[in-house]
Amino acid sequence: MSRSARKGLPWPAQRGPADTALLRTAGLVKVYRADGVAVEAIRGVDIELAVGEFVAVMGPSGSGKSTLLHVLGGLEPATGGEIWLRGERVDGLSTAGWAILRRRHVGFVFQFFNLLSNMTVADNVELPALLAGATPRQARKRREELLAELGIAEKAGASPARLSGGEQQRVALARALANEPSLLLADEPTGNLDSTNTRDVLRLLRRAHASGQTILMVTHDARVASLADRVINLFDGMVADDTRIVPIPRRVNGVGDIMELRG
Amino acid sequence: MRQPLLALLAKEPAHGYELKLALEQTFGQAYPSPNIGQIYVTLKRLEQDGLVRSEDVEQTTRPNKRVYELTASGRQALRAWVEGPSEGPRVRDEFFIKLILAPMAGLADRMELMNSQRRHYLRIMRNLIELLGDTDPADTTARLLIEGAVLHLQADLDWLERCQEELV
Repeated sequence: MSRSARKGLPWPAQRGPADTALLRTAGLVKVYRADGVAVEAIRGVDIELAVGEFVAVMGPSGSGKSTLLHVLGGLEPATGGEIWLRGERVDGLSTAGWAILRRRHVGFVFQFFNLLSNMTVADNVELPALLAGATPRQARKRREELLAELGIAEKAGASPARLSGGEQQRVALARALANEPSLLLADEPTGNLDSTNTRDVLRLLRRAHASGQTILMVTHDARVASLADRVINLFDGMVADDTRIVPIPRRVNGVGDIMELRG
Repeated sequence: MRQPLLALLAKEPAHGYELKLALEQTFGQAYPSPNIGQIYVTLKRLEQDGLVRSEDVEQTTRPNKRVYELTASGRQALRAWVEGPSEGPRVRDEFFIKLILAPMAGLADRMELMNSQRRHYLRIMRNLIELLGDTDPADTTARLLIEGAVLHLQADLDWLERCQEELV
């Protein structure tokens, strides 16, 4: 991700004073109500992501992981608490306000890919960058790079409907990264992939992270989570653990001891 | 260590150091580098059990080397190993026993135990993923060995999650 490419997009200049976190929540709460019954999916979550940080969210099913991601992306309103993105408070934004914020600053990859089936793969990937103000040439270049890195360059002219689940998943990832969002929100981005395709996705995520992409990702896949700077464990709608992953120093003679550790 | 040595000797007679090199070359970095002393001790025991026999081969510029070859009963033992079932998944897991017993003894909090174990697993996973990245994709044996370790580790993490769901 080159700086010049970033400059081509219109980033609003206003930033909150002395708030270095890209994303911050305080006492975030999400309650679903159905048939008079209230279900607390998120029960007071305080998290903070620094610019350029890659954070994985793990936890049992039903722990509130996907809900957290939806609320942070403005797809569902928070019931309580605060969300700050790039120094601005955003939890009170209207649906339209969220849409604009997402277009400019938030990339999404979900378990359901939501690709537009009446457009080609190439157009699907280029669209977000074009909407955010990139020139057609910038959008095309970026799309070509992303599809090549994900091993699906030859699918550019195809309709998403003709692709396998794993291919659609990778197109969705390319689309999410197309306009170099301030924040990438990803829900199980390797969920449908076999091990070779997972390797491509891992490589792309590592590279995006190395070039400064901030990522918040829900995953069960420990391969992906282990690449993160931090792993948050969500349990019962609350943060049960928040830890930095420090690799075990590797010995000169390779990792024979790792295999032994695994017994 | 016994069976891998027998298997290598079934191919051709060899001395201890050649066996060490053959194991390293076959399995790559992910395999625990065999200790040469351990190889010699194992060969000696195999010989005592009549599974291999050895012979000193004179060398002009160096001390004699001891070359080992498989005996008929060694070949039989090897065949029994190849044809028999290999041990399945572990059912005894040290962490699980700790997780159950330590809180009963008032020694630890379950959530803390699970958190620290998850951290440990993730660190190992990071190392394995990095190792996989450094491994030549054409080196199928080494790659599959690492992928096996990755899958086992993922299963351990999934199990940890199940424990969290039911025990906390």
